Amino acid sequence: MSAVEVDDLVVRYGDLVAVDHVSFRAEAGEVTVVLGPNGAGKTSTIEVCEGYRPASSGTATVLGLDPRRHQAQLSRRMGVMLQEGGVSLGARVCDVARLYCDLYGKGVQPVALLDSVGLADRARSTYRRLSGGEKQRLSLALALAGRPDVAFLDEPTSGVDVTGRQMIRTIVRDLAATGCAVVLATHELDEAERIADHVVIFDHGRVIADDTLDALRRGHDEIRFRSSVTLAHHDLSSALHLPVRVLGNGEYAVDGEAVHVAALTAWLAQHDEPLLDLRAGRQRLEDVFMRLTGGTP
Amino acid sequence: MSMLRAQLRAEMQATLRNGEQLLLTLGIPVMLLVFFSLVDVLPTGTKDPVDFLAPGILALAVMSTAMVSLGIGTGFERSYKVLKRLGTTPLGRSRLVVAKIGAVILVEVVQFAVLVPVAYALGWRPASPNWVGALGAVVVGTMAFAGIGLSLAGRLRGEINLAAQNGLYLVLLLLGGMVIPFGKLPTGLSAVAKSLPSGALADVLREALSQTGSRPTTSWVILAIWAVVTPITATRLFRWE
Repeated sequence: MSAVEVDDLVVRYGDLVAVDHVSFRAEAGEVTVVLGPNGAGKTSTIEVCEGYRPASSGTATVLGLDPRRHQAQLSRRMGVMLQEGGVSLGARVCDVARLYCDLYGKGVQPVALLDSVGLADRARSTYRRLSGGEKQRLSLALALAGRPDVAFLDEPTSGVDVTGRQMIRTIVRDLAATGCAVVLATHELDEAERIADHVVIFDHGRVIADDTLDALRRGHDEIRFRSSVTLAHHDLSSALHLPVRVLGNGEYAVDGEAVHVAALTAWLAQHDEPLLDLRAGRQRLEDVFMRLTGGTP
Repeated sequence: MSMLRAQLRAEMQATLRNGEQLLLTLGIPVMLLVFFSLVDVLPTGTKDPVDFLAPGILALAVMSTAMVSLGIGTGFERSYKVLKRLGTTPLGRSRLVVAKIGAVILVEVVQFAVLVPVAYALGWRPASPNWVGALGAVVVGTMAFAGIGLSLAGRLRGEINLAAQNGLYLVLLLLGGMVIPFGKLPTGLSAVAKSLPSGALADVLREALSQTGSRPTTSWVILAIWAVVTPITATRLFRWE
């Protein structure tokens, strides 16, 4: 049994179908990233899993429990981070941490909890005085207050600076290492690429891909390089017998593998074109997403 | 129990750290009681203004806590998704509601512990006060006002709810027989005022504390109707997000 099992889930708001027959699994000890543009149905799906929203049809099972019928049981084992908010502006950080530690009663100390997200020195501040990144870290801390077996984190790095993102990624990885099933929703492809074990890609309320990160990128190797903006890419494509895509600002992508690098560099040298940068390997998640959706993330 | 205690502590912290709520629940009632008891400008119809004002101000205190303070606080919590977030914790919605009721009762105890001695200091000497009857009126009044406050808080956006609660507070203060007797209002307005929960609570408290209610039985019925209807309305209207 998987920690989270979503089967044929449909969520409707009036005539709008926000989640359209979605199915996926999330396993304990893994970070499952639910990826997709805003409005793709990620948050609605997660809210059904949290027991906050009823399913129009289909089922969601979390830790073997029905999130609506067994909300009280599930809430003791579940950590939740909302996309935004969740704390009163005037509340002090230490008081909020203490409240959540007391509500879960799992012996987590508020000071240690705040320290784990780098907010120990902000304990006396009110929520309104925290920066965007600090608010996200506090929200993440509250999701950890009950030592959860499953955690639903909605856009945890949204609006967070580079240092904060690094810290949040480390915390999320550590959380999964404890055996917790982490379900993380994001629209940021880079973030998903850095943290995911498993990726579920949503588009227009449907799941269009569901696999490990490696599997999604496998079989779609490319060579990226930078050269002059006037490069005769059609000629290059003919010479290599491979598609060459213009990415802009002198950046190009050849749908080929590492063995084609020699031919590429030779052609550039022959035509007196500079080679400013070169990377060969699997496609980035962004490219996978573009390939699957044919649109922009 | 520990969860309930933790949430009750959080509710009290939120109230005590909020200067506006303290002003509303304690500052304004005390100022009105002291000022209009010492400066005899209101047409109270009593020899000593405090005799009319004290029960009315106690009713005002109940209204300010159970309706305005609870309503504004809950409205902003809803806007900031605090209620949604707490709803996913083991606390659950029922304990959250109980904690909020507990916080309202505690604040009312503090209000009465301050206002009653102040009224006595100003010369209020109620003849054979029925404190049990007054307590009953406060409980029923709290239900009525909390129902109104949560009905608004459960539907309106934070800022609009804030304006609506404050506007309603002012209207009920002026029309509610708390500081101005019904008899001093124009006839039509007086009829409306008597049917409001503020007027009914003030009248019932006056009867309980100093046997000077104008129509206590009718006021009890009106207050009871409000106490049944508004919580039901709040239950139906309230949205957690």
